[in-house]
Amino acid sequence: MKKILKVFSHNLLDSAKDLAPIVLVIGFFQLVVLQQNIPNLFDIVLGTGFVLLGLTLFVYGLNLGLFPIGEALAFAFVKKGSIIWLLVFSFALGFGTTVAEPALIAVANEAANVAQLGGLIKEIELQPYAQMLRYTVAISVGFSVLLGVLRIIKGWSLTYLIIGGYLGVIITTAFAPDNIIGIAYDSGGVTTSTITVPLVTALGVGLASSIRGRNPMTDGFGMIAIASLLPIIAVMIFGMLW
Amino acid sequence: MVDLFQPFVDMLWDVAPIALVLFGFQFLILKQKIPHLKQVIIGFVLVWIGLTLFIVGLEKALFPLGKLMADQLTSVDFIGTNTNWGSYYWVYIFAFAIGFATTIAEPSLLAVAIKANQVSGGFIKVWSLRITVALGVAVGISLGSFRIVAGLPIHYFIIMGYVIVLIQTYFAPKNIIALAYDTGGVTTSTVTVPLVAALGLGLASTIEGRNPIIDGFGLIAFASLFPIMSVLAYAQITDFLNRRKK
Repeated sequence: MKKILKVFSHNLLDSAKDLAPIVLVIGFFQLVVLQQNIPNLFDIVLGTGFVLLGLTLFVYGLNLGLFPIGEALAFAFVKKGSIIWLLVFSFALGFGTTVAEPALIAVANEAANVAQLGGLIKEIELQPYAQMLRYTVAISVGFSVLLGVLRIIKGWSLTYLIIGGYLGVIITTAFAPDNIIGIAYDSGGVTTSTITVPLVTALGVGLASSIRGRNPMTDGFGMIAIASLLPIIAVMIFGMLW
Repeated sequence: MVDLFQPFVDMLWDVAPIALVLFGFQFLILKQKIPHLKQVIIGFVLVWIGLTLFIVGLEKALFPLGKLMADQLTSVDFIGTNTNWGSYYWVYIFAFAIGFATTIAEPSLLAVAIKANQVSGGFIKVWSLRITVALGVAVGISLGSFRIVAGLPIHYFIIMGYVIVLIQTYFAPKNIIALAYDTGGVTTSTVTVPLVAALGLGLASTIEGRNPIIDGFGLIAFASLFPIMSVLAYAQITDFLNRRKK
């Protein structure tokens, strides 16, 4: 129990460190530059407390449950040696972790709100729009992880994949409606944070270290880069079809 | 006070897919029992509670705060009535400050920096890498808010950025490339993303002639592209200096 408390308080401190600079910068601008009071101060303090506590519990729970089982699974699939199942698992891992990504949930909801205010979708479509957006991103991250695993197995060059991705983004941009481009570009950065990065990295590093001739450091790393490009293309296609 | 019941129910549907994927593969394909099952279940429950509190807090605090800052920094009282893109300089300074501050404190960046230091055999310094990435994010968000104020199309900037990254990749030391590409994804943390997104949307809705759907998004894209450039540049400069010393 004592140990749990110690780990918990350590996590709480980490989350506070993540939040402190934001509080400092905003506080400085409010008091010194703008010289205004913050309205609804109580709500904001309460909400910040929620964010802090929520983030701490979230990270703690990840370390307790999700990461060990995810890593064990990744290693088990690498050891099993069946490429088909490994690819299926890679896709499922990318998809499953992205659907629950907190930053993606927040941004997708906000995108739906803005789309509704702009008259792009009706109020009744608010929930489906946000859901579809998230599933589009999640499916494309699933494919990215699959592609990243294939790259490690086949030993493809990361640079060529990235150049291909950039070209794909540029071409789709030419055909996508204006109102989706910003959201699409943002979804690349949103997808890869708290849950996805550690699990996907575990898979990449495990795979790269079990195949001869692959360097775990360089080959384990590139997957996040692919996972930040494919969602951009996918969301623009989503925008063309909606 | 705060209605928490509905968010908890909603969030269950968001956490379910990961649980389904992990347990499904474990039982159906690997046909193995889960070690420390109790601990894993407690972990999932904590993830569920934590995520719910986080999202509720976000909607109560960080989103309104980002919009409020955008409102106040662009209000007529603050910058006067006769405006061009240059009168919004406080917006750019705020964007720079918030980008730099949040990235320096980012725990996952610290982890990556330490790993990079080990892998490169001390060639990459932990603090230099953190400052480099933070500067990249700060310049990115700052330039991104200039784009919103000026109303320029985002893809010009991003495509230009891609071209610069590709040119840099060609000249950069090979061992840093994968790391540099990944820093782009690592920097934009769970706390930063919603705040920065709200700032962009706030700017686009308060500045006349801007449309939130078209102009409001894109700050995160800038924040993920610029660190790639700054890390590649940092590696190149260090490489160059090291070679001159020899």
